[in-house]
Amino acid sequence: MTTSNYASEHETDEGRVFTVTGGDWDTIVSGTDPINDERIVVNMGPQHPSTHGVLRLILELEGETVREARSVIGYLHTGIEKNLEYRNWVQGSTFVTRMDYLAPIFNETAYALAVEKLLGITDDITERATTIRVLMMELNRISSHLVWLATTGMELGAISIMLYGFREREYILDIFETITGLRMNHAYVRPGGVAQDVPDDAVRKIREFLKMMPKKLKEYEDLLSGQPIWTERTKGVAVLDVTGCVALGITGPVLRSAGLAWDLRKTMPYCGYETYEFDVPTHPDGDVWGRYQVRLAEIRESMKLVEQALDRLKPGPVMVADRKIAWPAQLAIGVDGMGNSLEHVAKIMGQSMESLIHHFKLVTEGFRVPPGQVYVAIEAPRGELGVHAVSDGGTRPYRVHYREPSFVNLQALPAMAEGGLIADVIAGGASLDPVMGGCDR
Amino acid sequence: MTSPTDKPNDGGVPVPVTPVGASSTAPAEYPPASPAGRGMFGNQGTGDVSGYGGLVRQRQPIEEASRPYGGYFDEVRDALEEAYPAFNDAIEKVVVDRGELTLHVRPERIAEVCQVMRDDLALRFELCSSVSGADYLGADERRLHVVYLLTSMTYRRRVRLEAAVSVEAPHLPSVTAIYPTADWQEREAYDMFGIVFDGHPNLTRILMPDDWEGHPQRKDYPLGGVPVEYKGAEIQPPSERRSYQ
Repeated sequence: MTTSNYASEHETDEGRVFTVTGGDWDTIVSGTDPINDERIVVNMGPQHPSTHGVLRLILELEGETVREARSVIGYLHTGIEKNLEYRNWVQGSTFVTRMDYLAPIFNETAYALAVEKLLGITDDITERATTIRVLMMELNRISSHLVWLATTGMELGAISIMLYGFREREYILDIFETITGLRMNHAYVRPGGVAQDVPDDAVRKIREFLKMMPKKLKEYEDLLSGQPIWTERTKGVAVLDVTGCVALGITGPVLRSAGLAWDLRKTMPYCGYETYEFDVPTHPDGDVWGRYQVRLAEIRESMKLVEQALDRLKPGPVMVADRKIAWPAQLAIGVDGMGNSLEHVAKIMGQSMESLIHHFKLVTEGFRVPPGQVYVAIEAPRGELGVHAVSDGGTRPYRVHYREPSFVNLQALPAMAEGGLIADVIAGGASLDPVMGGCDR
Repeated sequence: MTSPTDKPNDGGVPVPVTPVGASSTAPAEYPPASPAGRGMFGNQGTGDVSGYGGLVRQRQPIEEASRPYGGYFDEVRDALEEAYPAFNDAIEKVVVDRGELTLHVRPERIAEVCQVMRDDLALRFELCSSVSGADYLGADERRLHVVYLLTSMTYRRRVRLEAAVSVEAPHLPSVTAIYPTADWQEREAYDMFGIVFDGHPNLTRILMPDDWEGHPQRKDYPLGGVPVEYKGAEIQPPSERRSYQ
């Protein structure tokens, strides 16, 4: 039997047994160079709990310091833009809603606004439809920011906030389910208006939510804002100033956290945002703490907007009057989600042949859109969400490109991470709030 | 894949007018009707069985805009003309459509134009909002278009720059040195359309796998898909289903 510093062994009936004892740590340490400048490359992801989906980061580390960071994306590429070219214009809503799955209403609204601009019917959209869009978008902004708060909290070690954030988001998803029939991927905002009217029950639920939410927000702040670990991990971390943001094309809360009050709802208004009263919160520091403050403040501003939108909800049509564009079916929420209302089915199947033909033509063939191209941008929870839509005059989109804020913003990660600690990569990456479904499309 | 413009106008059959750019040096302004919509059940005519075959659908060509354009568009053009001496050489066409200004730029000049657009005090397009590609297959030689959407945060204006290149020589200068945000967006345009941005620091595929062959968003790249059986019936992939004109 040989003697060793680390382990001795002896034979037994069960086989060979090693006895591991503590070695002489000092001799081991003295054998290696204490100043080690060797760099190691760490592959973080694509499956990692703090990468918000399937994002892969390749980090070159010197000790705990990140020297180089590169992001690899495309793991969630689903070819939505290509697929759109093989479906008619209305079917497009169903596809685009699945891009940024935390902000489906924004994807749909941007798409609907682009198609409407191509059709030249922007001014014909009814007031109620526009108000409902604003209402839904702002609710969606709250739910998206809540998920940001929940996941970022979890990634920085605050598990309670994760549970709380998802709990309150569930309330909004419940409202969405009441209105659209689905919690996510609604296909609710459609070219010409919205799929169907807001039921009274939903209005009651939203009012309840508005009453409940301020208390919850206070709870979040009590949990996090004064918390020493939270402040240590966010203040002065992953700083990006206005120059850096604009050069890298970063918009949304990240840009506003650097101090520039650039919000498309104010600067290039759409959907009548210029008539609402709300503020654009900013923060001077441009760090993760600033982004946290801005997002919390934006939840409060969105609640103001939801309240104003509710007050403005006057009875009226929710689709354009033009029957050549408007969806022919009267939709209703059934037990299995949204579908044709029974009255409509009875009418087209039993009473009116013309209605049936009209329904069939519009649903199977769709409407034609005059040739041309437009770019429409809205302020999504993550920044400028732009749609570049090209029509060839047919019933299908010729080309639709989404300028996804997640995609563009993620470019800032190396600028935030390089030179910092590896733990701050998580904080910095999370503060960008990337959603890979939107990023890769 | 035949171009829809090849077909003779045999009385009452809607035939798209020739795209404006096809005859001149300027790139086409809108794509030819998509080959996907060539009629239901393999039908080659209008598919109109109603007896009203005389209805002709004309596509209105988008014409080059004439001054005044209206809004801030004139100011932008004047400022660019003043700040950029090679304006007449670089700008092929100015289009105003649906309240949006599009400058068609000669591809080799795109970086210079962007530099002026960003730096000139009267223009100040600080933010490059979007770079995307589009394939105008069948329109003319230079079928691959790159569309830049510039935003002036100072003046709150937007302008679209459009450059067209051919598939045989899909080269144009990269604008990453002027707008670093164009980095990934140019990579996406390369990945999806095979447009090569000269001077880009790292022009590799971004969404598709590195060893992918072909450029999926080109119009001559098939959508793919397999037939799916549903309740005994076979459903064709989307690109092979019946469609309407």
